[in-house]
Amino acid sequence: MSTSILILLVLTSLGLFFGFILAYSNKKFAIEVNPLIHIVEDVLPKGQCGACGYAGCMAYAEAVVLNADVPPNLCTPGKDAVAKLVAELTGKAAAPMEPQIAQVKCAGTHSKAINAYDYDGIEDCIAANLLFGGAKACKYGCLGLGTCVQSCPFDAMVMSAEGLPIIDPDKCTACGKCVSACPKMIISLIPIGAKVRVNCSSKDKGPVAKKACNIACIGCSLCMRQCPYGAIKMENNLAIVDAKICEEQCSEALCLGKCPTKAIRPFVLGIVPGTEKEESVAATCPSCAN
Amino acid sequence: MEGYLQLFIASAITNNFVLTQFLGLCIFFGVSKNLNASIGMGMAVTSVMTLSSLLAWAVYTYILHPLGLQTLMLVVFVLLIASFVQLLEMIIKKHAPALYNMWGIYLVLIATNCIVLAVPVTNAELQSDFITSLVRSIGSGAGFALAIILMASLREKLQYADVPKSLEGLGISFILAGMLALSFFGFSGMITL
Repeated sequence: MSTSILILLVLTSLGLFFGFILAYSNKKFAIEVNPLIHIVEDVLPKGQCGACGYAGCMAYAEAVVLNADVPPNLCTPGKDAVAKLVAELTGKAAAPMEPQIAQVKCAGTHSKAINAYDYDGIEDCIAANLLFGGAKACKYGCLGLGTCVQSCPFDAMVMSAEGLPIIDPDKCTACGKCVSACPKMIISLIPIGAKVRVNCSSKDKGPVAKKACNIACIGCSLCMRQCPYGAIKMENNLAIVDAKICEEQCSEALCLGKCPTKAIRPFVLGIVPGTEKEESVAATCPSCAN
Repeated sequence: MEGYLQLFIASAITNNFVLTQFLGLCIFFGVSKNLNASIGMGMAVTSVMTLSSLLAWAVYTYILHPLGLQTLMLVVFVLLIASFVQLLEMIIKKHAPALYNMWGIYLVLIATNCIVLAVPVTNAELQSDFITSLVRSIGSGAGFALAIILMASLREKLQYADVPKSLEGLGISFILAGMLALSFFGFSGMITL
């Protein structure tokens, strides 16, 4: 009998003791959470993609509410609508956001780019890249094993039969996951309004690049000389287009006409480089007309 | 001094809680998918284990043992560790937010984990003194950290391995854990306490 009373006593007092300590410390160590953080978090798309540079949507919501220097337009997947809402909630000025889209700077489909060897390993570009930089003779080209496709949190990418990823312009939020997933670093974000694009990343000298892939940029700089606005410059045997100058000033796209390999192409949303559909629009620049 | 070193190595390696006694397997498999998380978890377990087993040691030595209530050991320890972890979580959240962001989420996970409970129980059953208990808990924590970090490193490599479809995910991890345990078996008998 006395043991059971003792047990009751000990357990009750221990329970009460810890209960009181917890209750007390709950008050003492209480943290006030700004309710605005949760409201802002609800507005964000919650893809947890990290395009804003924070660990997740919650972390960004916290930063944008608590820190005056964090701009409200960092959420690329949310586009303008979310940026506006976040700006409204936090009382910050919203800088307009230019919608962007991911593009793969390679048009080396199976039929156009030559393979240096047959790759029969793990279906993963990073793994393939470890083996002498992948199967393609061109060491800069898309390996076509779909590491970017798997990394896309919004299902915006599929791998085409021709071995190049197709990006769905409606689903792509320009979060930049694929940009960092690609071991060849050939995916970049460009403004949706861009007019031309260079479908090649090869830094090889002309003859070498041309030998590996018949639509490579051979670094002849003809396009640069054609452009009256100075939007194109040559870097390491590769033409680079300044999308801003191109978009704002140019309306005739003289650069397209002279390219001997047709590596520089008009940029049309939803058209995959290297396909027949693209060939049909290659001659003129449709977006320059309007 | 030498005895304590032996005890440390014994509890970290030869009597490794995870790989030779198979305790704490849920967190061992749950948080070993990437290396950073497993380092955080290892740290969290080590510190919680050490602090809570010292607390448990005090309660056992000064309350349960004198009153002859050793049978209540498990109930009291569970209560004690659960409330202690809660308390620790609150304190860290308030005073060290950086630390909380790093391994705050793991704290709740280990609140009443068997591996955290096992150390105070072992201490109590062997009637260890204060320093022995301290060394044993740090050693066991280090052993857990070692096991989970080894496992996480292996599983990170595994992502690039060609695993048969039916074994993907947890299946191959169980096999790996079995092999790890087998290799730790080789240490048995090196130190007898």
